[in-house]
Amino acid sequence: MAREIGDIILDLKGVSLSFGGVKALTDISFDVREHEIRAIIGPNGAGKSSMLNVINGVYRPQEGEIVLRGEHFSKMNPYKAACAGIARTFQNIALFKGMSVLDNIMTGRTLKMKANLLQQAFRLGAAEREELAHRAKVEEIIDFLEIQHIRKTPVGRLPYGLQKRVDLGRALAMEPQILLLDEPMAGMNVEEKQDMSRFILDVNDQFGTTIVLIEHDMGVVMDISDRVVVLDYGKKIGDGTPDEVRANPEVISAYLGASH
Amino acid sequence: MIYRENGQFKTTYKTDQQIFPILQDRWAVLVLIAFAFVGIPLLVDEYMFRAILIPFLILSLAALGVNLLVGYCGQITLGAGAFMAIGAYAAYNFAIRIDGMPLLGALLLGGFTSALVGIIFGVPSLRVRGLYLAIATLAAQFFWDWAFLRIKWFTNYSTSGSVSVSNLEVFGWSLDGAVDKYLFCLILLVVFALLAKNMVRGAIGRQWMAIRDMDVAAEVIGIRPMYAKLSAFAVSSFIVGVAGALWGFVHLGSWEPAAFSIDRSFQLLFMVIIGGLGSIMGSFFGAAFIIVLPIFLNQFLPWLGGLAGLSISVATVSHIEFMIFGALIVFFLIVEPHGLARLWSTGKEKLRLWPFPH
Amino acid sequence: MAFFLETLIGGLMAGMLYSLVALGFVLIFKASGVFNFAQGAMVLFAALAMARFSEWIPGWLGVANPIIANILAFIIAALIMFVVAWLIERLVLRHLVNQEGATLLMATLGIAYFLEGVGQTIFGSDIYKIDVGMPKDPVLMLESVFEGGILINKEDFYAALIAAALVAALALFFQKTGTGRALRAVADDHQAAQSIGIPLNRIWVIVWCVAGIVALVAGIIWGSKLGVQFSLATVALRALPVVILGGLTSVPGAIVGGLIIGVGEKLSEVYLGPLVGGGIEIWFAYMLALVFLLFRPQGLFGEKIIDRV
Ligand SMILES: Nc1ncnc2c1ncn2[C@@H]1O[C@H](COP(=O)(O)OP(=O)(O)OP(=O)(O)O)[C@@H](O)[C@H]1O
Ligand SMILES: [Mg+2]
Repeated sequence: MAREIGDIILDLKGVSLSFGGVKALTDISFDVREHEIRAIIGPNGAGKSSMLNVINGVYRPQEGEIVLRGEHFSKMNPYKAACAGIARTFQNIALFKGMSVLDNIMTGRTLKMKANLLQQAFRLGAAEREELAHRAKVEEIIDFLEIQHIRKTPVGRLPYGLQKRVDLGRALAMEPQILLLDEPMAGMNVEEKQDMSRFILDVNDQFGTTIVLIEHDMGVVMDISDRVVVLDYGKKIGDGTPDEVRANPEVISAYLGASH
Repeated sequence: MIYRENGQFKTTYKTDQQIFPILQDRWAVLVLIAFAFVGIPLLVDEYMFRAILIPFLILSLAALGVNLLVGYCGQITLGAGAFMAIGAYAAYNFAIRIDGMPLLGALLLGGFTSALVGIIFGVPSLRVRGLYLAIATLAAQFFWDWAFLRIKWFTNYSTSGSVSVSNLEVFGWSLDGAVDKYLFCLILLVVFALLAKNMVRGAIGRQWMAIRDMDVAAEVIGIRPMYAKLSAFAVSSFIVGVAGALWGFVHLGSWEPAAFSIDRSFQLLFMVIIGGLGSIMGSFFGAAFIIVLPIFLNQFLPWLGGLAGLSISVATVSHIEFMIFGALIVFFLIVEPHGLARLWSTGKEKLRLWPFPH
Repeated sequence: MAFFLETLIGGLMAGMLYSLVALGFVLIFKASGVFNFAQGAMVLFAALAMARFSEWIPGWLGVANPIIANILAFIIAALIMFVVAWLIERLVLRHLVNQEGATLLMATLGIAYFLEGVGQTIFGSDIYKIDVGMPKDPVLMLESVFEGGILINKEDFYAALIAAALVAALALFFQKTGTGRALRAVADDHQAAQSIGIPLNRIWVIVWCVAGIVALVAGIIWGSKLGVQFSLATVALRALPVVILGGLTSVPGAIVGGLIIGVGEKLSEVYLGPLVGGGIEIWFAYMLALVFLLFRPQGLFGEKIIDRV
């Protein structure tokens, strides 16, 4: 791989989050380096999705802070996160189901579109030009993800695997620096998983996007990630390269404990 | 002419993004608009204009506004009638209090006022959704019903509580005859429909729909719910307000607050549901349906009753109308949430494939 | 002071009835996620049935005793409301499971129109009387404490008593009986409840029946006071802000919210109304609820929910 892993771009410090009495995350700290693929694993309910939600401001942690490129955020919100170049996909597909594939991906360009309401209503030159320019960009993503044939289809009608791909496309349209993927391969067959792995590696490689990935398939995780964080019951029980994590006795017991 | 898009290759994104990408559709719409402007005035009598066509145009405009908010942005409103009232009374006050205020100016200012109030009543939508929001819009309805009845300033201290306007004129064109009124409303409707279509197929429309379909995901990709929702409230209230002003000025001429009661709000919502949530065209279908059905029932039911030897009173007809509307709402929500507009496009789809359905 | 107290008590008594109607809302919402906009139409429908049957029955059976006529009419009206509940579940709710709240709300709006139409087609649309022997005369109370005492409307007093009794009965039903427990399980988690064998559809029919009875009682009370007419449907609309105030899912919230709205309406009408031209009780409750929404969207007693993603 040509990419160089860089400095720490995202640093989480002592994050704790609870819902009423349920402690979803307890004092979690870890960092993510530029251009790396960082995986988060753990049994069901370990707090993985909650972790991503904290990173892009959907959930507000009670304690801890997020340091993004040296900037401290004790209160992140989704809009700030998006402006800071963080994109994500969702575990339970969260596409805009009344809209076509093309429109779904176009929404990813929102932050980059500047024409105001009146210009859009009258479709004045500027608005029209902007629309076309972004359409061209979105077509590149459509080509990249090989979904040309369904660009006009309402996403609600697509099979699950393709929906996951569109979800990724929408995130890519933001041209993010950090991409958070929540179980991008859940429920896919082997072939679809291979495709998705390839897309993830390509994104990382071609655009240098830093990727934080949650995945249950150990084979995939070990294959594509640079470093892995392991969560269990909201606590961090392991952190390191795939080989280190695999050898960690606590991780082994958590997985054995969870799998019978 | 066969309805086909074969051979109509789109070589640029621009042609692909036209309002009607299919050539036949473009022609059909142009012919329809030409007919509305030229054909109808030649064919139709005064009664038809006043009882059906003018109300149809104005309520279509209002339904269009409601559809932007409910159908596209997913924010339910039970207070559209109040915003028609705001448009009408604001326009009235601008017209009588500012010397030489032109009609068009008053109408648009009515729309702006309505938009402003819409933004204020839209604020709760930032905190609450669906059901709770319905209550907020009902609050608007009841409050404004009351305000226009009890705060005399709004009605310029008229003793009867009703207000009236006369001598409507636009750039020297006086809107005395029914035909003139019809044409004026038609022009406004066409213009607003075009602007609305541009919005919903552009960036702002995508933001609205994103908020409607999955608000958390929308926020995560950088859509600000505040901007998206309040802009929907503003644009929708603007259009509804202009429709209200037209209803007062052009259709009624003189009116009381009861013209914009909660029943009007429900009626508009029904138009949108029956016509098709999230479809510009659907707003027109819905308005036409809801205006024509009662007229049809008023003719048909007494005739039917006559056959059976019953005499059916006007009151009974209106109760049966209630039943039918209620049943239709439930029917459409269950069977075809996209309303008449979807039935229409399914029909077109079939036609496109005909005679080889696969 | 005496006047203030009089207004306050009047408000509390009116509020009790709002609490009752709001409870009907809350039960349906908890069990099926439906915000029942048809509650008002149900009140009208039930009251129409009650009024007309109590009028017709003496003629049909040849009994002149109004008590028997009223009891029979009540039973028939209750049965009709059960049929309505069953039909609503069969024809509407069943087909709209897992739809969004807003869709369900619009569906109940359709139901409301339908019921109003059917009710008036069958039972007529004039103003009808319900006479269940509610006393109409006012009484003076607390003459020893205040000069001149305070005037309480007996009718309101009994109405409040009946409403309170029904509210208590419903709360007990919800907390203590097996059906009530099943209902709460459904409210907490539809799927889980279904997986342990609680029949969702039956629960829905039950809550709609309960709402039907609530509507009938409210219809009789309001109807005997105001006459049975179309505007009854809008009186019930006034109970809507109550659930906003109390929180859509909270039984105590409905009760407390009802009282607050009742008192707020009366006090505002008496003290604020004259300043702005009167008639403000129609919107005051709504505005109160609206302001409340801004600061506490989940209501007084509702739980705060963070969406899962
Ligand atoms: N919005 C919420 N409200 C209440 N509790 C929540 C919420 N989101 C998550 N939780 C709780 O937090 C804990 C962690 O959930 P989370 O979804 O982060 O787990 P996960 O590791 O992603 O699990 P899975 O592998 O099943 O996706 C769980 O106990 C869950 O019930
Ligand atoms: Mg998860």
